[in-house]
Amino acid sequence: MAEKILLKNVGIPGSERLETCRARGGYRALERALRELKPAEVTDAVKKSGLRGRGGAGFPTGLKWSFVPKDVPGPRYLCCNADEGEPGTFKDRVIIENDPHLLLEGIAISCYALSVAEAFIYVRGEFALGAERLERAIQEAEAGGFLGRNILGSSFGLKVHVHRGAGSYICGEETALLESLEGKRGLPRLKPPFPASVGLYGRPTVINNVETLSCVPSIVENGPEWFASIGAKGNTGPKLFAVSGHVERPGVYELPLGVTLRELLFEHAGGIKGGRRLKAVMPGGSSTPVITAEHVDVKLDFDSLAAAGTALGSGAVIVMDDTTCMVEVALGLTRFYRHESCGQCTPCREGLGWMERLLDGIESGRGRPADIDLLLELASGISGKTLCPMGDAAVVPAQSTIVRFREEYESHVRTKGCPLKSAGDRIL
Amino acid sequence: MAETTERKFSEEVRSEAERIVFSYGVKESAVLPLLHIAQREFGCVDGEVVELVARTLGISPTRVAETASFYTMFSPAPLGKHVIQVCTNVSCSLLGSESIVRYLETRLGVVRGRTRPDGLVTLSTVECLGSCGTAPVMAANGTYYENLTTEKVESILRELGL
Repeated sequence: MAEKILLKNVGIPGSERLETCRARGGYRALERALRELKPAEVTDAVKKSGLRGRGGAGFPTGLKWSFVPKDVPGPRYLCCNADEGEPGTFKDRVIIENDPHLLLEGIAISCYALSVAEAFIYVRGEFALGAERLERAIQEAEAGGFLGRNILGSSFGLKVHVHRGAGSYICGEETALLESLEGKRGLPRLKPPFPASVGLYGRPTVINNVETLSCVPSIVENGPEWFASIGAKGNTGPKLFAVSGHVERPGVYELPLGVTLRELLFEHAGGIKGGRRLKAVMPGGSSTPVITAEHVDVKLDFDSLAAAGTALGSGAVIVMDDTTCMVEVALGLTRFYRHESCGQCTPCREGLGWMERLLDGIESGRGRPADIDLLLELASGISGKTLCPMGDAAVVPAQSTIVRFREEYESHVRTKGCPLKSAGDRIL
Repeated sequence: MAETTERKFSEEVRSEAERIVFSYGVKESAVLPLLHIAQREFGCVDGEVVELVARTLGISPTRVAETASFYTMFSPAPLGKHVIQVCTNVSCSLLGSESIVRYLETRLGVVRGRTRPDGLVTLSTVECLGSCGTAPVMAANGTYYENLTTEKVESILRELGL
């Protein structure tokens, strides 16, 4: 894909400013939407484009929008999920810091389609620079007539708030995000009801990821058919892949959905660091099952990765070479999820601590042979048995590394320690 | 009973807080923004800060306290003058964040998770900072420093006067 859509302004000096963005075609799609399209036509275009949510779940965006009841009087809201916290994920930050107006334009068009007059960008607390740039971009856009009352002389108006999180991973779960926005602890809600009918302040609410909303202007400007021509059937459009770990050139790469892992790693990310061997990849963030070097030709899209037993997730590709201890990786991530559990559901709250202790035992030479199957048993006792998808996500690092690298766990138990790390060289 | 001094926002901060409360249609939504301001102003969110935020919003202190205690960015005890947070999650650890933490522990004379007795610096390990493409990463007083090496860490510490 020669032409960049989401990263087109990244790297241009002053890309975060309105004048730079305008000079490069910013807000043209909003002008077009307001002058030429009815709100329902915008939703139809997003549906036809095949756009699927870029936050992790891959749910069709237009369909999500259509769940908002049309006949309910009173306010409705749009929340942009900018609580980018899945380990390995750093793609939304690139848009937020470098092209905040692209996101704001996407939000404005989406709110027009949904008849929303108030939107919230929930940005993770650590992104202080991003929050500052968004605030400034909102001020610029309001002064320029692209946000605020009577946008571009139309009857459509929109107030956008930037709301900072405060260091909680679970607030990236959409209903926890709503609770947090309401000033409460970030405890996920029981669904149904879904936010489309009962969301923020009990009102109909749409929650979309930063990258998802940033795709919307290009769909309006170039048409849904154009968008659908990028990528593969059912997996359309450009995707940001955030590559980290053992590669020569880590970073965010914009490529069509369906690009192979091989092309991403070896043509774009410069290959495995130091010319070492590829051992394992988490293709969509730390909660997607690991795949191995034999999967290097898999296509990076929702359906191909599901067929390979893993998931596209957030598109965060974490690369591990042959010096990596998979038990140690699983331990570090299980510890992370245990720390971030909100504590509402017993399986997640209690089970993750137990899994962490078992993994710590195996990694530090105190593991028993039966611990490996006990870990799998605990994983199946947590997955699918919690209010929110956190339980499912949290067990994936341990579960999938046991499935793919069981012999590594067994050799830890047999040799009473980590064969890949000398004493005192623990990385996690 | 011990005498307590009631905490107050300065005039300037008070009007900033009022602007924020006013901008939300539902005042409870201003809890997190106000706690951020309070953490910035007082260096912690202790019982008195909770009282102050509750008074500013006209809601119960318990309501503010239960929210504040959920979020790691609000510290119940005062932090050091400088706060150094090193990411030790997967991408950073693959690229050696542990050696960065160890270097900082030795160089600063404080173990992770603690504030040095002189109150000058707090060292902590934190979860993914969302900067994995430039790992290892740390935040010093909220500013990100990326692609860390021990040499780079040393020059950052000197810049901070540590």
